[in-house]
Amino acid sequence: MAWILDDSRPIYLQIVDLIKTNIIAGTYQPGDKLPSVRDLAMDASVNPNTMQKALTELERSGLVYTQRTSGRFITEDTTKMAEIKEQLAREQIQLFLKNMEQLGFKKEDIKRLLDLELKGEK
Amino acid sequence: MEQLLNCQNLTKRYGYKTALDSINLTIERGRIIGLLGPNGSGKTTLIKLINGLLTPTDGLLLINGMAPGPETKKVVSYLPERTYFNSWMKVTDILDFFCDFYADFDRNRAMEMLHRLNINEKDRLSTMSKGTKEKVQLIMVMSRDADLYCLDEPIGGVDPAARDYILQTIITNYNERATVLISTHLISDIENVLDDVIFIQNGHVRLTASVDEIREQEGKSVDALFREVFRC
Repeated sequence: MAWILDDSRPIYLQIVDLIKTNIIAGTYQPGDKLPSVRDLAMDASVNPNTMQKALTELERSGLVYTQRTSGRFITEDTTKMAEIKEQLAREQIQLFLKNMEQLGFKKEDIKRLLDLELKGEK
Repeated sequence: MEQLLNCQNLTKRYGYKTALDSINLTIERGRIIGLLGPNGSGKTTLIKLINGLLTPTDGLLLINGMAPGPETKKVVSYLPERTYFNSWMKVTDILDFFCDFYADFDRNRAMEMLHRLNINEKDRLSTMSKGTKEKVQLIMVMSRDADLYCLDEPIGGVDPAARDYILQTIITNYNERATVLISTHLISDIENVLDDVIFIQNGHVRLTASVDEIREQEGKSVDALFREVFRC
């Protein structure tokens, strides 16, 4: 996967988001084993401590779990995945709404434009 | 976490010029640390003090609780700014040299890295480009099992692709018992591999923080913060 990291946010948070997106998008399948911290760190060209921190964060969110001797795996809990998928979608929508607000649009206008756009696609 | 390096009121003067002014600094194991500062801020002086090439004018510098000397040189692997190998040497000579000098030198590890970079062991340094020489030297330094790696400007003279390889080398050889201290101006290139940064200016420590802290609190990269703090 492409590890594109920007300058403004902590690196580990960006990695958490990237891996989350990959899990939601199906690049990593439920039950898949994740590569080792070291390999992931090499792949992303980041510090192993940073990668470790990101994976700990993912474990806390429940998307990834550790099996003591055999490594880290993607959760098989599909409810959890759906939950996170929806959460990511809502974040995107909130971002969109914020940008529209900055452009000076009111809620009704946004809805109208969005409807128009969605119809146009069909 | 366990202390590896400890400086207490560390001072170095060259004649009337103060290069390091009463520095207090603690470095732990298992970190990759950027030593950052403008030209003439005291980075190389600090690294030379750690390696016992200079002696403090005042104050203390301890590595594993010991002042720099033969015992600390066994656990500190140093990449100087400039190469100290003679240009008539072949890569094999340098391998022999490191085997003789350092009990913790892993010849196989070094040879593996040399092969991966297509560097022939029979080549003489005099036939190599500046960048290749730098790579050879870094490989030697990183092939030791040291506690502290001091890299003084390790990426200055090499192309971006080799730069990436060098950073990969640093990450690959990382272990949680060891710390890597990297001095450089090329912050944006190494920012993603750093745990912590130390900003020094005019012989003073301006800031010590983790890269994540800086990004969280300032909302900007270390590179951007550096440009702000040290604006000319």
